[in-house]
Amino acid sequence: MRGTILFLACALGMQAAAANSVLIRNVTVHPITAPDIQNSSVLVIDGKIADIGPRLSAHQGARVIDGRGLHVYPGLINAATNVGLAEISALRDTVDLDEIGTFNPELRAEVAFNPSSEHVEVTRAAGITTVITLPGSGGRGGRNGGGSVITGQGALMHLDGWTWEEMAVKRGAVLEMLFPELQSGGPRQFAALLGTPATTFQEQEKQYKERLQRVSDFFQEARKYRQAKQAGGADFRPDLKMEAMLPVIDGKQPIFVRAERERMIKDAVAFADKEKVKIIIADPRELGSTGPLLKEHHIPVVLGKTFELPLHDDDAYDAPYTLPSEFFKAGVKFCFGTFDVEFARNVPFEAAQAVAFGLPHDEALKALTINSAEIMGAGEMLGSIEKGKWADLILTDGDPMEAKTNIKQMFIAGREVALESRHTREYEKWMKR
Amino acid sequence: MKNRIGVLAAGLALTLNAETIFIRNATVMTVTKGTIQNGSVLIQDGKITAIGKNLSAPADATVVDASGKFLTPGIIDCHSHTAIEGGVNEGTVSDSSMVNIKDVLDPTDINIYRELAGGLTVMNVLHGSANAIGGQTVVAKLRWGKSAQEMLFEGATPGIKFALGENPKRQGYPAQGFGLNQGAAQERRYPGTRMGVEEVIRQSFIEAKIYQAEWKAYNEKVARGEHPIPPRKDLRLDPLVEVLEGKRYVHAHCYRSDEILMLIRVADEMGFKIRTFQHVLEGYKVAKEIAAHGAGASTFSDWWSYKIEAYDASPYNAAIMQKKGVVVSLNSDSDELARHLNLEAAKTMRYGGLSEDEALAMVTINPAKQLGIDDKVGSIEVGKSADLVLFDKHPLSGFSKPQKVWIDGHEYFDREKEIETRPEFEKKKKALQDKEAAAAPPGRRRTGAGTGESNPTATNPNWEEAR
Repeated sequence: MRGTILFLACALGMQAAAANSVLIRNVTVHPITAPDIQNSSVLVIDGKIADIGPRLSAHQGARVIDGRGLHVYPGLINAATNVGLAEISALRDTVDLDEIGTFNPELRAEVAFNPSSEHVEVTRAAGITTVITLPGSGGRGGRNGGGSVITGQGALMHLDGWTWEEMAVKRGAVLEMLFPELQSGGPRQFAALLGTPATTFQEQEKQYKERLQRVSDFFQEARKYRQAKQAGGADFRPDLKMEAMLPVIDGKQPIFVRAERERMIKDAVAFADKEKVKIIIADPRELGSTGPLLKEHHIPVVLGKTFELPLHDDDAYDAPYTLPSEFFKAGVKFCFGTFDVEFARNVPFEAAQAVAFGLPHDEALKALTINSAEIMGAGEMLGSIEKGKWADLILTDGDPMEAKTNIKQMFIAGREVALESRHTREYEKWMKR
Repeated sequence: MKNRIGVLAAGLALTLNAETIFIRNATVMTVTKGTIQNGSVLIQDGKITAIGKNLSAPADATVVDASGKFLTPGIIDCHSHTAIEGGVNEGTVSDSSMVNIKDVLDPTDINIYRELAGGLTVMNVLHGSANAIGGQTVVAKLRWGKSAQEMLFEGATPGIKFALGENPKRQGYPAQGFGLNQGAAQERRYPGTRMGVEEVIRQSFIEAKIYQAEWKAYNEKVARGEHPIPPRKDLRLDPLVEVLEGKRYVHAHCYRSDEILMLIRVADEMGFKIRTFQHVLEGYKVAKEIAAHGAGASTFSDWWSYKIEAYDASPYNAAIMQKKGVVVSLNSDSDELARHLNLEAAKTMRYGGLSEDEALAMVTINPAKQLGIDDKVGSIEVGKSADLVLFDKHPLSGFSKPQKVWIDGHEYFDREKEIETRPEFEKKKKALQDKEAAAAPPGRRRTGAGTGESNPTATNPNWEEAR
């Protein structure tokens, strides 16, 4: 009885302590933006990183974790996923991707993010605290068809929270666009826009230019809308699509442009120049001669999977493996994404493969943390262990890019979150049989 | 006849005339007999002839200094669709056991080389999963540059692909199919349910047993000196009779626990064995029954949720089945995944806490056991074929990559040489491109997008043909 009372008192005491204040001691801290620190501590107060150093004392009431032998990294970020919007990819009813319509800038990923998706827990168990969730599946492999040019706005989401509102870190982080492609095998993602399938090169080129023109026209329309809005005439009517385009044409919201090929990248950069908009190149499969162009224009890149087959039969066998190091050598800023749901958790392994094929180890870690945060306009909030940033932290027994490493504990904005998932629960259940 | 001798001679030449190679100072990961630090391995006539710490190189040996590097057995993929020319499914009938992968093996498929560069040396090449009973399968070595005939693994027991669950029943309601079948008007084909899948398999084996009995009776009469009319030859039933007689392995694609158990019971009833359950994503729910049947399980490291029958899939599957006594391997089912099965194996250390040896066994000795070739490959042991991979770092580290790959003591991949020859290769390619550009009439030039693109289905995990 006395024990119970003592226990209750302790429990109450703990509750009184801020749930998102914690001191993690005796760990190797990997701040990412500064050199690693051995035998150090990280102090978290009210969800933010308050201090890093060897001799910190616990904030009053803060929980103390002895992490002897363990490492602390910032939570990893997957900069391109469909987590929360798709559950079982083959079952259309469980998939909220690729809305009907060619230009859908007004669609917002976060409002359809299912906070109870099993993918949330499964993804974060691999050390991923934050994802970009995109409204389109991107057409690679044509999972759900598509037909859009602008699919909607992607959101930066914490993988913790009771509701999508609590999970959203940055709404409207990017506007997702599938850049028109010069087709040689008939239309794919532009079926809705195209008339007849292309045949000769000249015809294909003509159609391609027409498609680009339609995109330009849409941007022009948005500018006229802004003028009309500023003029404030009596007959002005607000329009959701046009409203959504305003931050884009003002250069405030970057366009996340999917462009796989060298030619598409070049055309996308030319398009951004012409329209004076900010872009991020997404899911490129080759660098080609675009390195200096991207560097000069300070255009960042979200790389897709490293574990891919080369584009062409006569490409080097390791071309997809060396691609990240090529971008690095070209001086282009980049981060990693997986552009899917069920393999979103494997983004650290995609980065590791790039390290095996020439990318410096530290650069790979940056491309999983600070670069992703900065590219998504959230570099002030997260992506590294620095004073004032949100305490998105993982406690590990090794390098988070290694499969054999165990992610021991995770904090999102200072709150400890469970690393259990459907998979660990099934494991425990069926081991008993 | 002359041809046959030619083929035999070529086959012999694959193992004979191999160099004597001495690999020294490697961390030798034998998989079955522990790991030797600073160990050496001697290869003669395509076989491993000595392993140890204090060996010296014979005078005629080519010495490979492997200081700081890791030597492992060649990686084995128990579920591949690599090098299959054309479609992987003969999807028009529910039982297509008459077709054979051997007839469509394409030795020029570039993915053979790409997978070799990932340390893969043996693959079990299977049909797709559109039919309850698919086609006949082969085990092949990745002897890049050799003919289709020369790629076949000598003496390996051939197999047959079975498929349970969503894929074989999908033709029963094709309008709801996905991928290429989405929305297409197609004929419905029986079966459209898991119950129908069971019935197709049982019915085929009932026919096979009658057919087997007819031939037995006929052969007995012939042996007695009689001259009976022979039964009608049936190419569909022949391989099923081989299954009944234990001469052909059943590799059964499956997902859910109910269908796994169903096939075990059908096999019990008909008197045959299932050699491996493939994918077997809910194998962890019926591991006891799989182990009791004596079947192996060849699964994915971490695929899940791409369809409803994969929603209960778990990355812990391999570890649970292993802990419950099943011989488990990890397979690729993908030209891409087959390039790094060692890294897939490493995931079993995180998901289920397997040891390094147990993890590595999942892609070496275990698949060898499942394919009945563990007396020849799958570990570094004296007498086994010299199918070896030299990694620059620990093969279960995500930062490692293969440097050299040997099959039967022949070097089939060398990263340094590959990189050295790239400028020359690029020069040749450019010359060809220039020539083509000069020759093509204006307006017919093919540039940029879409030319020679790799098959997108190869990497798409949702492609029904492949799973």
